Amino acid sequence: MEKTTETSEKNFTSTRNACKVCTPLGASIVFKGVEGCVPLIHGSQGCATYIRRYLISHYKEPVDIASTNFSEETAIFGGEKNLFIALKNVTKQYNPKIIGIATTCLSEVIGDDMRKIIYKYKTESGTNIPELVFVNTPSFMGTHMNGFHDTVSSLVSNFATKNQNQHSINIFPGFLSPADLQHLKEILEDVSIKAIMVPDYSDILDNEYTGEYEKLPKGGTTIEELKQTANAKASVEFGYILNKSNPQTKSAAEFLKSNFNVPRINLNIPIGIKATDAFFDALKKITNNKTPEKYTKQRGKLIDAYVDGHKYVFEKKAVVYGEEDFVVAIISFLEEIGIETVLCASGGNSGLLKQIIQEKINPSSKIQIHDNFDFEEIATVCKEIKPDILIGNSKGYYIARELGIPLARVGFPIHDRLGGSRIKHIGYEGTQALFDLIANTLIQQMQENSPVGYKYM
Amino acid sequence: MESILKDRQKQVLTKGTDSHELSCDKSSLAGSVSQRACVFCGSRVVLYPIADALHLVHGPIGCAAYTWDIRGALSSGPQIHRLSFSTDIKEQQVVFGGEKTLKKALLELITAYNPKAAFVYSTCIVDLIGDDVESVCKEVTKISGVEVITVQAPGFAGTKKDGYKVACDSLMKLVGTKGTNQTIPNSINIIGDFNLAGELYLLRDYYEKMGVHIVATITGDGRVDDIRQSHKAALNIVQCSGSMSNLAMQMEKKYQIPNMRVSYFGIEDMSDALYGVARFFDNQEMMEKAIDLVKNEVSDLLPKLAFYKKALKGKKAAIYVGGAFKAISLIKALRMIGVKTVVVGSQTGNKEDYLTMKNLSDEGTILVDDTNPLELTQLVKQTNTDILIGGVKERPIAYKLGLGFCDHNHERKLALAGYEGMLNFAKEIYATAMSPVFQFTKNK
Repeated sequence: MEKTTETSEKNFTSTRNACKVCTPLGASIVFKGVEGCVPLIHGSQGCATYIRRYLISHYKEPVDIASTNFSEETAIFGGEKNLFIALKNVTKQYNPKIIGIATTCLSEVIGDDMRKIIYKYKTESGTNIPELVFVNTPSFMGTHMNGFHDTVSSLVSNFATKNQNQHSINIFPGFLSPADLQHLKEILEDVSIKAIMVPDYSDILDNEYTGEYEKLPKGGTTIEELKQTANAKASVEFGYILNKSNPQTKSAAEFLKSNFNVPRINLNIPIGIKATDAFFDALKKITNNKTPEKYTKQRGKLIDAYVDGHKYVFEKKAVVYGEEDFVVAIISFLEEIGIETVLCASGGNSGLLKQIIQEKINPSSKIQIHDNFDFEEIATVCKEIKPDILIGNSKGYYIARELGIPLARVGFPIHDRLGGSRIKHIGYEGTQALFDLIANTLIQQMQENSPVGYKYM
Repeated sequence: MESILKDRQKQVLTKGTDSHELSCDKSSLAGSVSQRACVFCGSRVVLYPIADALHLVHGPIGCAAYTWDIRGALSSGPQIHRLSFSTDIKEQQVVFGGEKTLKKALLELITAYNPKAAFVYSTCIVDLIGDDVESVCKEVTKISGVEVITVQAPGFAGTKKDGYKVACDSLMKLVGTKGTNQTIPNSINIIGDFNLAGELYLLRDYYEKMGVHIVATITGDGRVDDIRQSHKAALNIVQCSGSMSNLAMQMEKKYQIPNMRVSYFGIEDMSDALYGVARFFDNQEMMEKAIDLVKNEVSDLLPKLAFYKKALKGKKAAIYVGGAFKAISLIKALRMIGVKTVVVGSQTGNKEDYLTMKNLSDEGTILVDDTNPLELTQLVKQTNTDILIGGVKERPIAYKLGLGFCDHNHERKLALAGYEGMLNFAKEIYATAMSPVFQFTKNK
C-alpha cells in the first residue's frame, strides 16, 4: 500500500485560519522560562499585547511582556532610542535579572543592529544593569517554534562558559506544557541526576496562589545554570525538527556539541511507551543506574491500560495537527495503540516533516502528511476522509463542531477550556493520561451515537 | 507610588486630592507593559463584525493569527468575518515585494467566498517594503467587481485609537454608495455596538418597538449594503464613542446627519438612549412607546436587582476597560447595585471623557489612563478593591490578588447591554463577589 501522498498543489495563496503563530511568541515563552527574566519585544505595541493575550488565554496566568512601542519616528530613525527607554523602564519597574529581547518583522526590516545597540547600552549604562540577551525573530521567517528554539540557542550561546566538568546533564525539552516540565523534573530527580532544563517555565506559567501579583514569579532556569550548560556530561534534546528549517541555525544541543564537545542525545518527545523507553534508556546510560521501580510500575500499568482499552481505539482514524515535532511524537504514540493517523498536518514549514515521519516512525497505514497547512485545508481533508477523532489544540474545535467529530484537546493553545497548562503528555504517566483521554473521547462518541445508550462499556 | 513610572505620573489622579488634569491621548511609554495594542488592532476590532465582507490581513502571520475569531461579535447571517485570512508573507516578499501575492490571494478568496466587499489590512512591514496596496486593491476591484478597500493600519503609526480612525476612514469609502440621498423618516444608524453576545438584537428590538427604522448597524451584525446606504438615516446614535464617533462626525460633515452619543449599559443610560431618540424625532407616539417600554422593562428588572443590591452593598470595584464611555456607564450601573467605584480608567479616553468620569466619581476615586499591570495592582491594593472589571489581560491581575473579576471586554459571551444585560451584569458581579472559593484566598 502507498504510505504517503504528496502535498497537493495549494489552492490558495493566502493562509486561511493559520495552524501556527509568529516567531516572537515562541521567544516570549522561552524567556518566561528563565529566572527573573522579562521578555521585551522590539516592535509595535500590538506585538507584545497580542502575544500576551494569546498566552494568558492558554496559561491563565499573568504574562507580562514589555514593548519598545515603535512610533512612526522609530520606524524611520531606528529603534535605538526606544529600546534604551524601554530597558530603563523595565529595569526600574521589574528589577529583573535578565531582559530577553525579541525582535519583530518591523525592527528586522528597518535593520536595527541589535548587537550594536545593546553593546552601546551596556557601555553607557555601566555594570549595574540586568543581563541582556536578544534573539532575531522576524515573523516572516518560520513559526513560533523557530522563535522558541532560536531563543533557547541564543540563551545557551550567550551564557555557556567552559570551566570544570560537571556531573549534570542538560535537558532541552522543547515546547511542552508546564505539567510536562514538572513531570520531567520529577523523573530526573528520581533517577538522581542533576539536570539543567532550558527553558523551565513549570512554575512560572503555572503559578500557585500567593495573593500577590508577582512581578517575576518564582522559578525558571538560572543564569548560573545557563553558564554551566557548557560543562555538562551530555545534552538530552527532544524533537527532531527543532529549528532546522533554517540551515544557518543550530539547536542549543548542537551548539554545545560543536563548541564545547558536550555529547548530544537527540530523542523523540517521550510520548508513548517506545519513545519513553528510549528516554529512560538514555538516562540509564548516562547514570549507570537502573530505572527506578516507580517508573517500571508506571510502565506496567500503562501496558495494562493499553490492553484494557485496545478495542476502542483499534483502526480508528485520527487527524493530528500542531507543531511539527509535536505531531511526530503524537503519531508515534498512536501507531503503538493501533490508531491510524489519516492526516498529519502542521503549519510549520521545515520541509522535513515527511522525511522524519518516514525515517523515525515508518507508519503502517496510509497517511497524508502536510506541512505548511492551515485549518481550512485540514477542514477540507476532514470532509473527504471523515476521521473518527481530531487530536490537537483547541483551534480545531470549529471543524470538530461542524463535522460532528470529537476533538481530544492536547498541545497548545487551549483557549476554550481550563487547564491547558496542566495537560500531561510525556512519560508513562503523560501517555496514560493521553490514552485515557483519547479512548474515552472515542467511547463517549460511540455512547452518544448509540440508539439505546448503555451503562457498561 | 513606586509602581508608577515617572513619565506616567500625570496619567493618574485621585479625585479631591490631585489638582492636575489627567493627561491622556499619549502614546504608551516604551517598556511599560501597556494593556493597549496597536493601530492595526484598533482598525481590526472595529471592522471585524462586518460579516459579509472578506477581511484579509496583508503581512506576516502573527497579525492575522492573533485576531482570528477574537471578538464575540455575532452575525445573524453570513459568517465570513470569523475566518482569518493572511497573505502570510515571507522573506521572499519582504525582499521582492508582496503585491503579486496580495493580488493573487485576493482574487482567489473573492472567487471562493463571494463577499460583498473586501478589506485589506496593511500591517507594519507592508508599509516599509513599499507595497502599493491601494493600487492592487483598485485593480482587483476592477477585475472582480467586488469593492476592495485598503485599511492603512501599520501598527506603529500611532495608538490603537488611531486605528479606530483608520477604520472609520475605510467605512466612509462605503457610506453613500448605494441608493438615493433621500432621508428615511424616523430612521437611525446604530453605530459603535459590535453585537457581542447578541446585544444588538436586544437594541434592535427596543428601537423597533418604538417605531424607529434602523438603516444600518455599524459594525455589529454589519452588512456591506446596509453601510452603503447608511447615509439615508436621519440620525446616528453612537456608542463606544472612542472607536466610532469619528465616523459619525464624518457623516455629519458629508451628509448632514446629526449624531447622539449614547450608552446601553445600565438602566439610566439605556433609557436615555431610547428617550433621546424619541426626543430627537419630536414624536409623541414614539415617546409614549419608549416610556411604556422602559416602564415594562424596569418594573420587571428593579425587584430582581434589589436582591443583588442588598447582597453587594458596600463592595468596591475597579474598572479598567478600553473605551471611556463604557467606563462612565459602568460607574452608574455599579452604583445601581450598591457597588462603589474606587478606581476607574481606560485605554483610550480623552480629556472630556475623563472630566465626565471625574464629575461622576466619589471623592477619593482614582482615575487612570493607559495603565499597566504593576500600576493597576498597586491601585487596587491601596483602595481595597473587591472586584475588578476589565478584559482578558486584566483577569489574571484580579485572580492573582484574590479579587473577583467581571469580563466586560469583547471576548465575553454574556450580553451586558440593555435591561436584560443589566440583570446579567448584576448576576456576574454577584457570582464573583460571593463565590465561596475566595474563602481560601483571604488568609494570604
